[in-house]
Amino acid sequence: MGSVGLYRDEGVVLRTQKLGEADRIVTLLTRETGRIRAVAKGVRRTSSKFGGRLEPFMHVDLQLHTGRSLDIVTQAETITPFAAVLGGDYARYTAGTAMLEAVERLTDAEREPAVQHYLLLVGALRSLAAAEHDPGLILDAFLVRSLAVAGYAPSFDACTGCGLAGPHGAFAVAAGGSVCPDCRPVGSAAPAPATLALLGALLTGDWASADASEDRARREGHGLVAAYLNWHLERGLRSLRLVERV
Amino acid sequence: MYEGVVQDLIDELGRLPGVGPKSAQRIAFHLLAADPVDVRRLVVALEQVKEKVRFCRICGNVAEEEECRVCRDPRRELSVICVVEEPKDVVAIERTREFRGRYHVLGGAISPIEGVGPDDLRIRELLARLADGTVTELILATDPNLEGEATATYLARLVKPMGLRVTRLASGLPVGGDLEYADEVTLGRAFEGRRLLDV
Ligand SMILES: [Zn+2]
Ligand SMILES: [Zn+2]
Repeated sequence: MGSVGLYRDEGVVLRTQKLGEADRIVTLLTRETGRIRAVAKGVRRTSSKFGGRLEPFMHVDLQLHTGRSLDIVTQAETITPFAAVLGGDYARYTAGTAMLEAVERLTDAEREPAVQHYLLLVGALRSLAAAEHDPGLILDAFLVRSLAVAGYAPSFDACTGCGLAGPHGAFAVAAGGSVCPDCRPVGSAAPAPATLALLGALLTGDWASADASEDRARREGHGLVAAYLNWHLERGLRSLRLVERV
Repeated sequence: MYEGVVQDLIDELGRLPGVGPKSAQRIAFHLLAADPVDVRRLVVALEQVKEKVRFCRICGNVAEEEECRVCRDPRRELSVICVVEEPKDVVAIERTREFRGRYHVLGGAISPIEGVGPDDLRIRELLARLADGTVTELILATDPNLEGEATATYLARLVKPMGLRVTRLASGLPVGGDLEYADEVTLGRAFEGRRLLDV
């Protein structure tokens, strides 16, 4: 940290909230500092020097001033204007918003460095903005990997009870994923083999297989990922039900 | 902490948008010192606004009757609807004197992270207004920020099969701000230079 509490970092804007007449509180995931909340003064005035640089999705180079409870953004320069692309495509906008909410919830606390989450988020937004894959697949890949980074890696292959090599026909959210016939708790889901294969491909980054997957597997896979995520968070993600599947 | 009723007043004022704890305290003590007649007038204004003001059954703007002033005005064009997020945006656009059509107030913007989806806004009411073919142009004047942009994108795609002319305020409007803060000249220019949306 530099002199008089000024510091520099790069980050992605996760959320903004109105504050007072013309300010906003901006929640960011930064590379070095982790998740922070900072005040952007005057940002809602159309004459603001920040312009659209502190909108959700924006990837920015920041200068901040350490405050008592909230830091103050003193400068923001655009690194990648993800918001410009994502605001113009509703399916990608809703998928991206679910990513932002997920990463806010999966990073434990403010000011805890979370560089893996950060790199995962920037990579996923880049892929989403470039329309490299179906937005729903990019979202689900991001969610399973973020869960893994947070220490909740699901298994889509070996049994989470005894380690027996898979694939297995049953999936138990509370047990951590795939379960063999012996370990399978009552009420386990019975997803199609193609669905578990897709989720495994998303976790390991095998995009060739994921891109070739069928709609049915994608839909079922998304349901399992959502159930798994909601089980690990105290309350579900608000944006997940609004994600548009194309 | 202050005693009973004073603290109650500070708490209530602090719930208002844009009023922090310090401002709430300052307003509360101002009211305590004020002339009872002035305070009475404020109380009456507050009561009246809840009693008399409702939302226009056509456009969702604030109104003192069933329909708002704009919807009741026979000189307004019926063929153009300008879609905005809040009633205060209607006021900002009326100030420019550029627009002669009618409005549709959505009641916000799509914000999945706040749990606000298309069904939570007055979008169904908008579609109903477009159904009979009277309206030929839709101007999307949601805020020039991410959520406003995404809402405009959603609406443009939704009404695409209806074959309307769909326009968005010109990009000369600074990005990231609230519509209500745009000055009349900039906002007026944004109206003149509105661009066709093609999704
Ligand atoms: Zn087992
Ligand atoms: Zn009206």
